[in-house]
Amino acid sequence: MTPPTTAAVQPVHPQDHLLRTDRIPHIWCSGCGIGIVFGALMAAVMKSGTPLDDVAVVSGIGCTGRMAGYIKLDSFHTTHGRAIPFATGLKLARPQGKVVVASGDGDLLAIGGNHFIHAARRNMDLTIICVNNFNYGMTGGQLAPSTPFGAKTTTTPLGSPDEPFNFCALAAACGATYVARWTALHVRRLTNAITEAMNKKGFSFVEVIAPCPTAFGRRNKIRRALDLLRFYYDRSVVKNQLDPGEATIDFDHSLAVGKFLDIERPTFLDHYEMVNRGEVEAWPATGVDASAAGKRKAG
Amino acid sequence: MSKAVLTGTHFMNGDEACCEGALAAGCRFFAGYPITPATEVAECMSRRLPQVGGVFIQMEDEIASMAAILGGSWGGVKSMTSTSGPGFSLMMENIGLGVCTETPCVVCNVQRAGPSTGLPTLVGQGDMMQARWGSHGVYEIIAVAPSSPQEMFDFTIKAFNLSERFRVPVMIMADEVVGHMNERVVIPSPEAIHLVERAKPSVPPEQYLPYQAGPEGVPFMANYGDGYHMHVTGLTHDERGYPVMEVWAQEQMTQRIVGKIKNNLEHILDYDLVCMDDAEVAVVAYGISARSARGAVLAAREQGIKVGLVKLNVAWPFPEDFIRDLSGRVKAMIMPEINLGQMVLELERLSQGRCPVSLVSHPGGGIITPGRILAAVRESLKEAA
Amino acid sequence: MKYWREPLDLDRIKVTRGRVTVVLDRCKGCEFCISYCSRGVLAMSKKFNRKGYHYPEAAEPAKCVNCHFCEVICPEFAIFSEDISDTAG
Repeated sequence: MTPPTTAAVQPVHPQDHLLRTDRIPHIWCSGCGIGIVFGALMAAVMKSGTPLDDVAVVSGIGCTGRMAGYIKLDSFHTTHGRAIPFATGLKLARPQGKVVVASGDGDLLAIGGNHFIHAARRNMDLTIICVNNFNYGMTGGQLAPSTPFGAKTTTTPLGSPDEPFNFCALAAACGATYVARWTALHVRRLTNAITEAMNKKGFSFVEVIAPCPTAFGRRNKIRRALDLLRFYYDRSVVKNQLDPGEATIDFDHSLAVGKFLDIERPTFLDHYEMVNRGEVEAWPATGVDASAAGKRKAG
Repeated sequence: MSKAVLTGTHFMNGDEACCEGALAAGCRFFAGYPITPATEVAECMSRRLPQVGGVFIQMEDEIASMAAILGGSWGGVKSMTSTSGPGFSLMMENIGLGVCTETPCVVCNVQRAGPSTGLPTLVGQGDMMQARWGSHGVYEIIAVAPSSPQEMFDFTIKAFNLSERFRVPVMIMADEVVGHMNERVVIPSPEAIHLVERAKPSVPPEQYLPYQAGPEGVPFMANYGDGYHMHVTGLTHDERGYPVMEVWAQEQMTQRIVGKIKNNLEHILDYDLVCMDDAEVAVVAYGISARSARGAVLAAREQGIKVGLVKLNVAWPFPEDFIRDLSGRVKAMIMPEINLGQMVLELERLSQGRCPVSLVSHPGGGIITPGRILAAVRESLKEAA
Repeated sequence: MKYWREPLDLDRIKVTRGRVTVVLDRCKGCEFCISYCSRGVLAMSKKFNRKGYHYPEAAEPAKCVNCHFCEVICPEFAIFSEDISDTAG
């Protein structure tokens, strides 16, 4: 057998200045899509033009939750499901900051689902990157809120009886101002989406369909990372501006990807400041006519 | 007059005094969720914080509230939340994150009777052991126990100062009676209020070790945005803040976060002694029960009974050495508390049979009257004779 | 390069030249870069790195046009390309 090869001097990768290189290689498996998303995030941080001291990356628990530990910026690896409320506190304490939440689908939308919908409702100015690998990878591949109906995981050995969420539809319905979905292989468009999301004022959401060959692919007969990466890409159909409610993840017909939503809406802090300045009319805006009370019959 | 420090004499309830104490301490971020009997803290904060340039947010639950104040603190702003038993239970995991990441913040628990939903509008002191042990794993915590609206004001400032100095979540273990009673509260001038701010690093970022022990074992804390690009994690970490899944790192980290409390007890412990010089019986009490105990002690003294009061202003860490020593000097120790026996276990543990320890208990829903404590004092002296 | 029809402005197009570098010990052998290199520059090495993975090497280095796709698709930050148009002429 040939002895292992090691370069005398390790070459400097163009993204090394944003990496905690003393922690690389990272813990993600061979062929895991999280590394691609992480690379896209680092590229987007640079492209967005945000001063690096202003960027914070917050994550929860799980494989994707480890992103915060590899980026050489202010980074916070919090508790399971609580990245969004932690990020809310960071943002409100330092409104000029650009707070990015990067976590997995289980973290953000199962245990953290309540925080997700309320942060979207308030239009908290956060950038949410959700790596969707259809299962809980860190713990060995259990059912996630994204697991396709019928897919096998260690806790659904005969196939999942659950219907999965459509995260993009959920985000849009709850009040997000930017919603996009790409697969990991759409890496350039993904980078653009994260850049736009970072520069968007409001709750912006980017979902990334990413291969988990070790835990998810293996149990569902797509063992090779390369095959899984291609499987998602081949089934994707770019449908920009598609109604997020129709942006289904349907592996048989159409796995919709694209930028589904990009709208303007005042953020929580915009509204908070307006209210505190007394600029918000008392509710109800139409006023109450006391003389009309009781005139209309009920029923 | 400063808008943040309402210098003067006021008539307000304990929850409002807690809010004013927080503002006087420099708190500018509050995230909370309504719960009886702590709601007035949040209501007061929602009105007052915008007046002083702070931010109030009502979160979707107490889990989010606790997570948000940790974020607020890392954003460089003194942060707090308030709750009662059910919410306190929900906060426990993120209190542990605060302990592990050494995040200064203050959690006010206006205790009601439990378990579960219990008696929402009525007093309890049943969360005392939860305050100490409620989050999982190995740690030390600081908890203050106010017994009046004035102490709600004073001890809230104390809680912020301790949390900034030792980088640990500090609990204000109040109770429904203290929270809801209206009394005179004197707010001093801003100059007369001593404030402590977290120690920040002075080294350049490349030399900064975010979890290296600094003075008193407490690391220097960089805030988000200071340019230190630090990593903060609830995983066991080394001095760099990097996760290290090794026993030596667990040993190093836990010994330090426990040690920074245990090795600085002289700066943390706080108790008042009333009539203790010649006391043959010591009543050890905290919170609203300390006021009943004070009444009982003063009444007993009028009858010539040699009894004194040890009023715990800081309930955790417990004054172990003092109580151990005291147990050899008195004939009995008595703990009144509105639960069926929690802090009294500390007395039993520390006295080691040197003197009898008795509990005056109440399951929750009402206070312990001075008469019951006085009766227990008489009983203990009878048994000792 | 072969064209199905000759572009009208072929004489004005300057195709960039690139050089790929592999950070050997970061590679985990997923083959993404090899599969998605549009010019077929890369091939799996028969050698192993320190972690026991085969890694890519530039089998046809002259074909690299510095598109950076290997760089952005690599989950390991283990490969990148640099422009050498000037030096390669």
